[in-house]
Amino acid sequence: MFGPRVRSTLREEGARGALIAFVSTIGFVVIVWLLVISSEAWPKVRAQFFDLEQFSDSFPDVLRGFWLDVRLFTIGQVAILAFALILAMIRSLRGPAFFPLRSLVVVFIDLIRGVPMILLILLLGFGVPALQLPGVTNSRLFWGMAAIVLSYSAYTAEVYRSGIESVPESQRMSARSLGLTQVQSLRYVIVPQAVRNVIPALLNGFVSLQKDVALVFVLGAREGVREAQIDVAATFNYTPYLAATVLFLVVSVPMARFADWYTERDRRRKQAVAT
Amino acid sequence: MKRGILMLTVLGLILTACASDDTGGDGGGESCAKEDLNLVTPGVLTIATGEPAFPPWVGTTDGEAFDQPESGIGFEAALAYEIADGLGFTNEEVTWVRTDFNEAIAVGPKTFDFNLQQYSITAERDEVVDFSEPYYVTNQALVGLSDSPVASATSIADLKAYNLGAQIGTTSFEYIEEVIQPDTPASAYDTNADAKSAIDAGQLDAIVFDLPTAYFVTAVELEGVQIIGVLPAEEDKADQFGLLFEDGNPLKACVDAVIVDLRAEGTLDSLAEEWLAGASDIPILSK
Repeated sequence: MFGPRVRSTLREEGARGALIAFVSTIGFVVIVWLLVISSEAWPKVRAQFFDLEQFSDSFPDVLRGFWLDVRLFTIGQVAILAFALILAMIRSLRGPAFFPLRSLVVVFIDLIRGVPMILLILLLGFGVPALQLPGVTNSRLFWGMAAIVLSYSAYTAEVYRSGIESVPESQRMSARSLGLTQVQSLRYVIVPQAVRNVIPALLNGFVSLQKDVALVFVLGAREGVREAQIDVAATFNYTPYLAATVLFLVVSVPMARFADWYTERDRRRKQAVAT
Repeated sequence: MKRGILMLTVLGLILTACASDDTGGDGGGESCAKEDLNLVTPGVLTIATGEPAFPPWVGTTDGEAFDQPESGIGFEAALAYEIADGLGFTNEEVTWVRTDFNEAIAVGPKTFDFNLQQYSITAERDEVVDFSEPYYVTNQALVGLSDSPVASATSIADLKAYNLGAQIGTTSFEYIEEVIQPDTPASAYDTNADAKSAIDAGQLDAIVFDLPTAYFVTAVELEGVQIIGVLPAEEDKADQFGLLFEDGNPLKACVDAVIVDLRAEGTLDSLAEEWLAGASDIPILSK
C-alpha cells in the first residue's frame, strides 16, 4: 500500500519512537530514584523495609507459610469455580417454577457480597466451632476457607452471569427448539461459550484470591503473611513483608501473563473463524 | 554482587555515622526543665496507648474506667501521671492519643511524646525506636481450660503436646516458640480476644499471657479457665516493659531520670502492688 520510501520513514519513526520511549523511561526512573534517595530519611526507610539480612532470616519461615497459602488457594479456587457456576446457572433459569430458587440465590449473593470477608471468617472460624455441634469439625482452616469460598463464590457467580448474558439469545432459543431442557441447554450450549468470554475476569479473581486466603491468619493459622507479621512484630522491621510479596508475585505475575496470552490467542482464533 | 557489596558498605558507613551521632547527642546533658522538653505539642505531654486500653493496665479488673487512661486508674494510667508529675506537668497538661502497633513503630515523626502499652524491650526493636528504663518486669503465665488435660501439666515438657497460642508480637508468643517449643507451632493471634475465641472454639488448649494480664483474663473475661502455672523465666530473657519513644528523641533521657527516681523511692513497687497484685498461690511450672 505504501511506497518503499514511506515505509522506511515509518520504520525510522518507529525506531525513533522506541528510543524516545526508552530514554524517557530511564529518565523518569532515575529522577524518581534520585528523589527517593535524596531524602534524609532514606537510609532509615531502607533499613526498615529493605534489609537484606532480615530478608534472608525471614524467608524460610515465610516460604513454609506460603506453602499453606498455595494449597489453600488451589483447593479454594476449584471449590469457588464449581459453587459459583451452580449459583449462576440457578440464577439464569427462566420461568415462574424456579422463582424461589432464583430469589434464594439473589438474596445469598447480595448478602454475602455486603459482609466484610474478615467478619465472615471470624464468624465461621470461631463461631461455628464454638457451637460444639456433634460431628462438625472445629478445624480453623476448614471454616476459614469455607468463609472465603462463600464470599468469592458470590462475586464469581456474577462474573459467570455476565458471561451467560453475553451469549446471544438465539443460542438459547436454538438449543431449546432442538428439544434440550433449560438445564441441558445451559450445560451444553450456553455455559461453554459463556465461560470462554469471562476467562480473563475469572483469572483476575484467582489472582485476588491468592492474596486473600492469607486472611485465615486472623484464626491463628501460620500462613505466609502471618509468618512475616510474626517477624515484623518481633523486630519492628517491615522487610519480612517483602519476602511474602516476592513469593506472591512469583505466582501472580506468570498467571497474569498466561491470562493475557490465552485471551489474545482466543481472540485471534475467533477472528480467524470470522474471516 | 558488586553492587550488593557497595550497598552494604554504604549502609555500614551510614550506620556508623548514625551511631557516632547518637553518642554525641546523648553526651550533652540537655535541660529537663519543662519548657526545654522536646514535645509534639509545646506545653502539653502527649501520651499514647492502645485502643482499647484494658485492665489491669488501664482501669480495674472490676470494669471501672475501662479504656479510660485519663482517669489515672490502672497501672499504666497511674504511672503515666506519675511520670507527667515528675516532668513538671499537671494532670490537665496531659493529653492521651491512641495508636495501634504498626503506627507506633513506623519510621518517621510520631504523634505522641511516648507510648505505653506493655511494650517489651528487645535489642532488635531498640534499633527502630527508643525505649525508656523498664517500668515493670513480669513473668509469663499459662492459662487453659480447667477441665482439659493441659490443666494437670506440671512442667514445660508436659506442654509440648498441646495446641498453644498467644498474641503476635508479645514476649508470651516468643516464649512458646523458643522455650516450650511445642510439637505444633504456636498459633499467633492479632489480639488476646481472638486467642480467647480460639479456646472457646476448641482450637486451642492454652494461651500464654504476661502474669498481670493472665490474672485479669481468668478473673473477668473467660469462663472455665484458670492459670495453670507461672512459667519459669529464662535467664536474661525477663520480660521488661518500657515506654516507647521515637528513635533519638532527647525526651527519653528526662523520662528515664523520672523513672529511676520513681523506682528508687518505691513508687513503682507500690503502683504494682496497688494495681497488679493477684493471688499468690499459683504453682510455678518446672523446666
